[in-house]
Amino acid sequence: MLELTVNGQAHVVEADPEMPLLWVLRDHLGLTGTKYGCGVAACGACTVLVGGEAVRSCTLPAGDVRDAVTTIEGHGNPEALSALQAAWIEHQVAQCGYCQPGQIMQAASLLADNPAPSDEEIDTAMRGNLCRCGTYQRVRTAIRAAAGEMREARL
Amino acid sequence: MSRLGRIARRTFLVGSVAIAGGVAFGIWQARRPVANPLRPADGEVTLNPYVLIDASGVTVIAPRAEMGQGIHSTLAALVAEEMDLDWPAVRVLHGPPARAYFNGALLGPGVPVNAERGVLHDTRQAAADLAPRALGLQITGGSTSLVDAFDKMRRAGAAARETLMAAAAARAGVDIARLRTEGGAVVTPEGLRLRYEDLAQDAAAIEPPRAPRLKPPSEWRLLGRSLPRTDIPSKVTGTAQFAGDVRLPDMLYATVRLSPRLGAAMRSIDMAEALAVPGVERIVEFEDGFGVIARDTWTAMRAADLVRAEWDRAPYPPQTDAIFERIALAFDSRPNSRLRNDGDAAARLTAAPPGRVFEAEYRVPYLAHSTMEPMSATAVLRDNHLEMWAGNQIPIAFRDAAARAIGLSSGDVTLHTTVMGGGFGRRAEVDVAVQAARLAASVPGRPVCMTWTREEDMTHDFYRPGAIARARAVVGPDGPEAVVLRIAAPSVSRQGARRLMGFAPPGPDHMLVEGAHDQPYRIPDFLVSGHIADVAVPVGYWRSVGYSHNGFFHECLMDELAREAGLDPVEMRLRLIDDAPSRGVIEAVADMSGWGADRPSGTGRGFAFTRSFGAPMAQVVELAETGAGLRITRAWAAVDVGLAIDPGNVEAQVISGMIYGLSAAVMGEITFADGMVEQHNFPDYDALRMDNAPEIAVRILETMPELAGIGEPGTPPAMPALANALYDLTGERVRELPLNRRFAFA
Repeated sequence: MLELTVNGQAHVVEADPEMPLLWVLRDHLGLTGTKYGCGVAACGACTVLVGGEAVRSCTLPAGDVRDAVTTIEGHGNPEALSALQAAWIEHQVAQCGYCQPGQIMQAASLLADNPAPSDEEIDTAMRGNLCRCGTYQRVRTAIRAAAGEMREARL
Repeated sequence: MSRLGRIARRTFLVGSVAIAGGVAFGIWQARRPVANPLRPADGEVTLNPYVLIDASGVTVIAPRAEMGQGIHSTLAALVAEEMDLDWPAVRVLHGPPARAYFNGALLGPGVPVNAERGVLHDTRQAAADLAPRALGLQITGGSTSLVDAFDKMRRAGAAARETLMAAAAARAGVDIARLRTEGGAVVTPEGLRLRYEDLAQDAAAIEPPRAPRLKPPSEWRLLGRSLPRTDIPSKVTGTAQFAGDVRLPDMLYATVRLSPRLGAAMRSIDMAEALAVPGVERIVEFEDGFGVIARDTWTAMRAADLVRAEWDRAPYPPQTDAIFERIALAFDSRPNSRLRNDGDAAARLTAAPPGRVFEAEYRVPYLAHSTMEPMSATAVLRDNHLEMWAGNQIPIAFRDAAARAIGLSSGDVTLHTTVMGGGFGRRAEVDVAVQAARLAASVPGRPVCMTWTREEDMTHDFYRPGAIARARAVVGPDGPEAVVLRIAAPSVSRQGARRLMGFAPPGPDHMLVEGAHDQPYRIPDFLVSGHIADVAVPVGYWRSVGYSHNGFFHECLMDELAREAGLDPVEMRLRLIDDAPSRGVIEAVADMSGWGADRPSGTGRGFAFTRSFGAPMAQVVELAETGAGLRITRAWAAVDVGLAIDPGNVEAQVISGMIYGLSAAVMGEITFADGMVEQHNFPDYDALRMDNAPEIAVRILETMPELAGIGEPGTPPAMPALANALYDLTGERVRELPLNRRFAFA
């Protein structure tokens, strides 16, 4: 039995505690916005927040998760977009879109720690998130724009 | 030959004959109305294969694979423009597999951007439409989607609009000439708005016009502008449904393992240990592997690791070196093609003094597509009807393969083509359809969501083939005077045709030499020959296909010959190329990059030009020496697409194609040992990341008389431009990819 809090909701899941969080989210809780890309924490498609920190859910045993989990579905939704999601739409970032939930969750973690990252800090934070469509340029632009929006909103 | 193969062959021959001689037949065939495959539900009305209207508005059918290239939005805009729809209200669906959605541009010429089309063009287009239509080729590939749809879908929108106006005229008792359309409604002179939703039933009963009036470009509101893509909101909120995201009651999850030696049979299997894993439902044997079905994906993947199987030997040389020896052997065979044979290059080279003949050999490796989303599909068999969700670039063949795999007829299969997490040509194969169908058939009534592991995906691709080029040339003061360029590689088009139709048409293999024989260079004595290598490693369509290796060969060679002649590489191109749009992009990229100016110290720059899929593209790549290794810092691209229907998306595709090519050039390589692929996951087969991808600037020109697609042309010139930059920076000429074999990249 696993007890997890995901997007503010408590769940009890009947699954092996060794099972990576990714598959609990996707196959047991039906939260399919978090994607499988590699299974070895090498591409970032499965990135979620655990206790506010970006983690690769494909290698994190669900039994080790103590803090609250936030997935892309909890980060924002089509009716209530987050600043990052709005910037992603404004700057037309996504192509195939498969890596983008992971990119956005990684960026959310970055901006929570560092509200005004330099380009180099953005590059360092995002280098674990692979995009085979090569959308990096627009990802960077959208992060800068969202950071600006979020700083303004705080003033 | 199988029954299907025989039928396909007969159909194909009819098509070939008609293309060769039957223009009149071609016109008849192309003008024959296509059956509308849409089966509207209650409350829905369809006016033609592209337009579906229900109480909440208009849905446009965009029958091409959305794999990231933004084609759904661009195709929908063609219809929305002519129907005067509000862009934010437009909904887009892929629609069913259907012959109505054949891709006529696969074999055809480009489409003139001028809306006024002559008879000559009509007949050429009609003839070109014929073979894909006869074969029912609903294919996304070859950068053809927009070229194919530009007229068809605008006409569909315009025809729908005219029938809606006729319905409104009848209802309001107003002369149709006094009506106009706006925002998804017909508007009367008094300002009364009749919504399309309310007119659709009446409109469906009206015979659509055969030659609807198309808007001249001066009236366009949507086309020619960067529109927000319709798919992005769902993709940034995690609500877009990829094939592996389908969730249904009583669902099971599966993964497959195929022979690690590609195409080799499974000799034995011991599944006892795997079956003992709690949650494992069933293991299904294939000829060349097995699938594990379990209560979740992780259990299936873990159990698959516990299956012990023995595999036959590979049907190809087991080591990379031996594979390349086999490829090189093809140079000793009669060429399959001499599609460029100007003057008498062989004689010129024979007559040249030995010291004056330039010689070089270039090599490129096998490459994986490595889509972000590994292969996946979801399927359920209920009452002998298979329902499948899968990302794919060839819906008819995909559906038929699924049906055949479990003894159903095509009519017993419903295929939903989902958005896909990258395609790049990998999803133009039907292997996944067969597996998903067989897994679903083993547990009737229960949906099965199949996900390949990344390792399975990396080691069971239809790879971009390894290829070798041998060049000999004589150079004069203006550059090359005589060139013999010979190319040897396994044939993608023959393997692909065999998989799709059961036979490979004879004749010259254009894909083998595209990017080498068809470039607009004027070289007095110029021979390009293609030599087909006999290697059974599965090869397939990798973004830009033959251009992906020949662009590298040709443009590295041109760079070398420029240096031999003591000419600037850009200057030499301008001396050899007369084609105005090609010169235009070369001059534009030189201007953008400040080509002639002094380089910052510690940097090198390379230039390359490739005209592919109708689009001339010139690129400059800048490479810098950092303490930690070489870094691609900046890149510039200029491309002529005739008409940029969505400039923002054209820019995105050019950059995407370049990053794809640069990633391969720096580090992409599939190798073999004991018949098995040695790269398993991203740590072994990586790509550029945010911190080492260059900042890229794109300039779009629109001078060409014909439209060009843009999904692929960004890729070919990126690789030689980088290799040429490496020479500029280091003075070392590297004629083999990937470059990180010889140089460290940061």
